[in-house]
Amino acid sequence: MTYATETRDLTRIFKRKPKRNLLKRKSAKKKENGGPVTALDHVNLTIKEGELFGLLGPNGAGKTTLIKVLCTLLLPTSGSAYVAGFDVSKEVNQIRRKINMVSGGETSGYGLLTTRENIWMFSQFYGIPSKVAKERIDELMHTFGLYDKKNVKVRTLSTGERQKMNMIRGFVTDPEILFLDEPTLGLDVNASRTIREYVMNWVRKREHKTVLLTTHYMMEAEMMCDRVAIIDRGRILALDTPANLKRMIRKESTVQLEVDTLKSTAPIGGIKGIGNFSSKDDIAHGTTNLTIIVEDESAISDIMSAITAQGSRIRSMRKTDPTLEDVFISMVGKGLEE
Amino acid sequence: MTEPGFIRLNVRALFGRSYPRVIGGTRELSWIFFETVLPILSIAAYVFIYKAFLPPNPDQTMLDKVNALVGYVVIGGTMTAFWLNVLWSMASQLYWEKEVGNLQLYMMAPMSRMALLGGMAVGGMFMTSTRALTTLVVGVFIFGIVLTISNPLLILAVFFVTLIALYGMGMMFASLYLLYGREAWNLSALMEEPIFLLSGFYFPVKALGQTVAIGASVIPATLGLDALRQLMFPVSGFGTQFYFFSPELELAVLCVLAAVFLVLAKLSLGYLETLAKREGKLTTRHQ
Repeated sequence: MTYATETRDLTRIFKRKPKRNLLKRKSAKKKENGGPVTALDHVNLTIKEGELFGLLGPNGAGKTTLIKVLCTLLLPTSGSAYVAGFDVSKEVNQIRRKINMVSGGETSGYGLLTTRENIWMFSQFYGIPSKVAKERIDELMHTFGLYDKKNVKVRTLSTGERQKMNMIRGFVTDPEILFLDEPTLGLDVNASRTIREYVMNWVRKREHKTVLLTTHYMMEAEMMCDRVAIIDRGRILALDTPANLKRMIRKESTVQLEVDTLKSTAPIGGIKGIGNFSSKDDIAHGTTNLTIIVEDESAISDIMSAITAQGSRIRSMRKTDPTLEDVFISMVGKGLEE
Repeated sequence: MTEPGFIRLNVRALFGRSYPRVIGGTRELSWIFFETVLPILSIAAYVFIYKAFLPPNPDQTMLDKVNALVGYVVIGGTMTAFWLNVLWSMASQLYWEKEVGNLQLYMMAPMSRMALLGGMAVGGMFMTSTRALTTLVVGVFIFGIVLTISNPLLILAVFFVTLIALYGMGMMFASLYLLYGREAWNLSALMEEPIFLLSGFYFPVKALGQTVAIGASVIPATLGLDALRQLMFPVSGFGTQFYFFSPELELAVLCVLAAVFLVLAKLSLGYLETLAKREGKLTTRHQ
């Protein structure tokens, strides 16, 4: 079976450039270099044709590196990767005709061109006949609600409008496999919803279309993706449907607490019967929000004691069904935004 | 829809990439001041020096000499637009493309990299030709130069082959920016003023001596300028004192240079792209 994408023991290591410091001795310089960084560590991943696949991970987990290897922009250090059955190291031309990529916060294009001209220019790099490209652009602009901006110069577009333009750039070439790297990053609710709905319909209603989506937003992954992989420090920690991933921690429970700002969360980590937990301080309200995966419910009283021992007041507490975020915390030991 | 063949794909890509430069000329009219009026000022400085040599009652030979020298400066000044375009909008362009995020989109597209650079070159030639022509017309008009166009076809051939060789050289340097990014910047800075001197933008290159002139001929502007000057000022009052080789021979050498630079550009692009992908520099900004 040919997969949309497949990686076998894919490893990517970045060498760090030595810092030049003429005043320090050689031994001191060696320490500063920090050594190589392993962005992908023996990743084995297959994405089926027609799948909307999500990749969840914190910053620096290796999500973007994986996408760039699959988009033929980076070579693997070792292992192999295939897109539509073609090797990313040797068969780049075959792959490039079948893919496209859109990143969140992208600032591509030329400010002096209009929105329509910019998308048209990128479509020409894929050899799409001009007339066909212009028809597709107009249709997509209608769908994304950008048609009234078609003759506006790109430099005057808002962030949301610009990202819609980027999405149209990705779809106008009608790729078989589309890589979306945090496509709704920093967008308002309406723009995000438009993009999510279009992506879901594009995969569901057309045959042989595949999307690899990386995102910071758990809700987005849960709502959109057929399967999700959790990646951290270059390794795939879990891979399944969102429902199955949540089932993995069903025997555990999730407790969410809002307490007065804690001086330290270390005592909570030491309590027996706790899986992983995440904490986030809300400076504006003077609170700390804790999400704790509890393996043994008798640990809840110890948690409350640890909080009150710091002189902190518990403002609210609730037990919830596991979400994808809880799965993430359980696997990685921290929330996505920490 | 069937996939386009290699030629169709790359012709469309070339046209697509040239479009922003072609259209840019009509959208940002500030170029009229910056790229026509300002070059005329630097040309004027040299023109006034040459005109100062004229005695109170000059004979025809003296007038021919000064007319030729002023003409050399105007043609050289016009051609500087192309050299600056090659250095700063051609060679270093891939650095800027990387900074704004275009480069990775270009590199993952199925087009040939030569189509990408070819599009930049064609757009650059079109845009700069408009500007250079304006400078030339204004220069001829203001400084009252008398041109003798006896072989317009040869002039056009020399002009276009010079441009192809110059932009081929720019394409070759562009590949360095794929790997070295901002570090390659120094190379462009280093090449700007010395090339003005070595290629004789404001004086006949033979004044530097035969050996230096031959060495400088590796830069296409050197032979291109010499041939254009010979063809536009056949009666200079200097005889052949300042002319290098015959225009026909210079055109032949320029053809060879154009082919060599284009082949080298293709080879170095392929090699440095692979190296950049291996080292992760194709997508790393601010390097």
